[in-house]
Amino acid sequence: MNEFANRRLYIAIFFTLVCTIIAGRLFYIQVVDGYYKRVADQNVMRYELQYPARGLIYDRHGTLLVGNQTVYDIVVVPREVSSFDTAALSQALGVSPEQILLTLSGIKSKAKKTAAYQPALFHRQISMEAFALLQEKWFKFPGFYAQARSIRSYPRRVAGNLIGYIGEADTGSIAADPFYTQGSYMGKIGVEYSYEKALRGKRGVNIYMRDVYNRVKNSYAEGKLDTAAVPGKRIVCTIDAELQEYGERLMQNKVGSIVAIEPSTGEILTLVSTPNFDPELFIDVHRVAERNALISDPMKPLFNRAVMAQYPPGSIFKCINALIALQEGVATEKTPHSCAGGYAFGKRFVGCHGHFSPVNLTQSLQVSCNTYYCHVFRSIIDKHNNPQTGFATWRRHVESFGIGRRLNSDIPNELRGILPTAAIYDRMHGANRWKSLSIISLAIGQGELGVTPLHMANIAATIANRGFYYTPHIVKSVGGEKPDSSFFVPRFTTIDRRHFEPIAQGMSYAVTQPGGTARIAQIAGVELCGKTGTAQNPHGEDHSVFICFAPKDNPKIAVAVYVENGGAGAKWAAPTASLIVEKYLTKTVARTWCENYVVSGNLIQQNGVPSKQ
Amino acid sequence: MAYRRNNKLLLKADWGVILIWLTLMAIGLLCIYTSGFNEEYPRFFDAHNQSRLQALWVGMACVIAILVMIIESQFYRFFCGALYIAMLLLGVATLVFGQEINGSKSWLSLGVVSIQPVEFMKVAAALMLAKIVSAHGFRIQNFGGATRAIAIILAPFALTLLQHDTGSALVFTSLIIVLYRAGLKTWILLSCLFLILLFILSLLVEQVAITIFISLLCTGVFMAISRQHKAGFINMALVAAVTLALYFGLRPLDIRIPLFESLILAHAVMLPVAAIYAWWHRLKHIFFIIGFFVASVSITYSVDYVFDNVLKEHQRRRINDMLGIESDVKGWGYNVHQSKIAIGSGGLTGKGFLGGMQTKGNFVPEQSTDFIFCTVGEEWGFWGATVVVGLYLLLLVRILNIAERQKSAFAKFYGYGVAAILFFHIAVNIGMTIGIAPVVGIPLPFISYGGSSLWAFTILLFVLLKFDVAKYE
Repeated sequence: MNEFANRRLYIAIFFTLVCTIIAGRLFYIQVVDGYYKRVADQNVMRYELQYPARGLIYDRHGTLLVGNQTVYDIVVVPREVSSFDTAALSQALGVSPEQILLTLSGIKSKAKKTAAYQPALFHRQISMEAFALLQEKWFKFPGFYAQARSIRSYPRRVAGNLIGYIGEADTGSIAADPFYTQGSYMGKIGVEYSYEKALRGKRGVNIYMRDVYNRVKNSYAEGKLDTAAVPGKRIVCTIDAELQEYGERLMQNKVGSIVAIEPSTGEILTLVSTPNFDPELFIDVHRVAERNALISDPMKPLFNRAVMAQYPPGSIFKCINALIALQEGVATEKTPHSCAGGYAFGKRFVGCHGHFSPVNLTQSLQVSCNTYYCHVFRSIIDKHNNPQTGFATWRRHVESFGIGRRLNSDIPNELRGILPTAAIYDRMHGANRWKSLSIISLAIGQGELGVTPLHMANIAATIANRGFYYTPHIVKSVGGEKPDSSFFVPRFTTIDRRHFEPIAQGMSYAVTQPGGTARIAQIAGVELCGKTGTAQNPHGEDHSVFICFAPKDNPKIAVAVYVENGGAGAKWAAPTASLIVEKYLTKTVARTWCENYVVSGNLIQQNGVPSKQ
Repeated sequence: MAYRRNNKLLLKADWGVILIWLTLMAIGLLCIYTSGFNEEYPRFFDAHNQSRLQALWVGMACVIAILVMIIESQFYRFFCGALYIAMLLLGVATLVFGQEINGSKSWLSLGVVSIQPVEFMKVAAALMLAKIVSAHGFRIQNFGGATRAIAIILAPFALTLLQHDTGSALVFTSLIIVLYRAGLKTWILLSCLFLILLFILSLLVEQVAITIFISLLCTGVFMAISRQHKAGFINMALVAAVTLALYFGLRPLDIRIPLFESLILAHAVMLPVAAIYAWWHRLKHIFFIIGFFVASVSITYSVDYVFDNVLKEHQRRRINDMLGIESDVKGWGYNVHQSKIAIGSGGLTGKGFLGGMQTKGNFVPEQSTDFIFCTVGEEWGFWGATVVVGLYLLLLVRILNIAERQKSAFAKFYGYGVAAILFFHIAVNIGMTIGIAPVVGIPLPFISYGGSSLWAFTILLFVLLKFDVAKYE
């Protein structure tokens, strides 16, 4: 029997071998591999994020435009629910008892073993008032709790397009920025979007220990690693809330934009885009239907026309062509051209309207003579041996006004507009097969030109400044500090300062002198300089355009108004702009007849499509 | 008189083993206390703690140990047959009347307490096997002997399997160590180990690779034994040539034979050649090698079938999980994943008593019973876990020594049975908590929570100690 006694040794060796393997494996997972320690921390630590209050938004005078308000979500912990007063809860929440029981059973069936300890969302967003009522009878609803949540409030309900709104972060943003998680909010358009980083603040975190049921046991490391939330920065807009409100009232029932800029700073005083929307729609979870209607509205209220729509500038562009002519020396302010109701050359004819003749450069702006600018434009282009060079010169001057590129304001989604290049004409007409006459439409701001209302206001501000502009912007300060330093650099045009005076004079004549196109814009006691435009529109009625600034010397405000399908510039745009100026400079509007005329003007038919007048 | 004599003999008991036994039970108590620790009820002896009950089980285990030592040692030898049969009947009763807990029908309710008869079955099986093997004239090489020995192991194995308690069933297979000590041919034991290895390999590696591996192994063994190196290399070259010829050669005829089939066909062609060669040269080993080769390849082939059709879904998953083939850390792989996290997070020195956040937070299911080792690993770290493993190894080696110093063959083989059963529990239980053994619900001896297993292991151990003491009588 003892012949196999040595096998004890083999068995012992085998036991030892297996125990060594176990010890080796223990050494690997306990000492070598750090993976399990990391996962263990995730297992037991619950990170409770502390959400900062979003920054408030004020207008230039300190009026609150966007605030925060507290609402309450009703949550339920399925494990803690016992019989409760369904009728009372139904009354407090304004939901039918059947719906309450249905929601509750839905939550209960979803909550498995572990989730039953977790609060689940039961009813979203009840107001502070409703919460106060409910609070008195909490004891009737075991297992139900209220969670405070901060949402936006809009005391003035203005500038929806400009301020923007906040909504749940999309998957792209969640992937790109760890700040956002499923269900967190972020600015979607406007200031809320451009200044998102400043407004959102910094999140804090409280670290708790938890067990497998996700029940918080205690604070981790006695809260030493917890961080407090830093509230979002306060943003002061350049907007004048009262002027903005007034602008929105003037533009009601019209499609278009108002942009008003303070020329000496580039600060945007008012930026109206109509049709607009009530920002409150985006904070109330119970108004989803209205919100969806807004999003699918064919009039595109969410579309900020002031920076996202490009139009032909029309006759307001004559100011620029006049300035280029003076700079290039192809005309002086005294240069006369006669006009017999149009400009004809060969087969081409550009019509004009009846006015006195001949006119000099200043008067040409006063009466908005098309013929004059056909002459002037051809002189600019044909000054050099070939139209290519002339066109390049012209283009360089135009570009210096910010046309054809983004002004780089802090308004998101700004369009660059259209400023044609020689290459485009080479394609259209064949290389070197075009001349000044081929592109004569540019003389009167038609043809291959596209500018946004912001560009137009910027032109007015540039003329008001006599040759330079500051990048238009809507934010004055972020958390008490100045925003982007690029907003404080004067951008000079290629036109000498001295050439601006005759232009300003001509624009003044347009408002004040007999035969001027914008006499409706005259304001007692204010020397307003303006230029009308009637932009041809192949789709329907002409667009009504007006740019202006006032006072003529030391201007305080520059305005551009664009009214889609509004007809002649003097019809809608000019009175609207002048009312804005009057309101801003004199604080009151004396011309009530004009105000009534503009406010009651309705260019939108009931079916929501702009009418042809 | 007998009492007094016993009393004296008790002092001669192996106190090293008793000390380890007490230490392990104390560790068990601490671990159960910490795994059920609740800040709201921090007292040790509280109704909300399993540790209170376990303390009771430990106390009773001590009483049982003394009782086992008092009972005449001849009792176990004479009544082990009856005990074995009684336990088998109890097993059948469990199958019929038992309670189903966690999918296993292995609990028998006796009024206030429930017991797991299979725990005591292990003791009976160890005794019975020892008795058969130590019987006069028993030879494991004889057909009759082998059949009887295997039947003793297979009966409780099958019965436990019917109770859906695979883990406990597999424990009985560990008794092959007793047969090995009794003279089982080494190659049979190695073949068994090889089969297990093959099973695991065939799940992990392509069949083609395994076939090539077996082929090379067989040829290698052949060359080592017969020293016919030339013939071996010629065989290998021919097999390779035929395989490649089949695989590529028939392509112009637009017949495609997969690589595995080509390989098998090549071997089928070569085997008769090898057999004729062996007969010619009177090399009898080659027939064993050929048989081994055929068996291995058929097993490889059938493993997939067994795995997919015989094993149950949860068993497949556990094996897959252990082999790292696939895992689902949120679903069925949760236990092992959480267990590894708990142990891994313990680090070198552990988090200290009651410092284990994973175990205190109840992240590991069954952590006071089958996964109790997590608490050891998390709170006492690598050093603590190694000390526990070391204690077990010490116990096992000591048991082997005790077994070997027995004069009676019965006691000796019983000792090996004890070592085998304890070893299987320790290796598989700890192995599963660290992901190197499939999850089968078997307890960690003396540490896991539970009365049945603690008492059964205590009886198992102290019967051996009693035999050890009895040799002085």
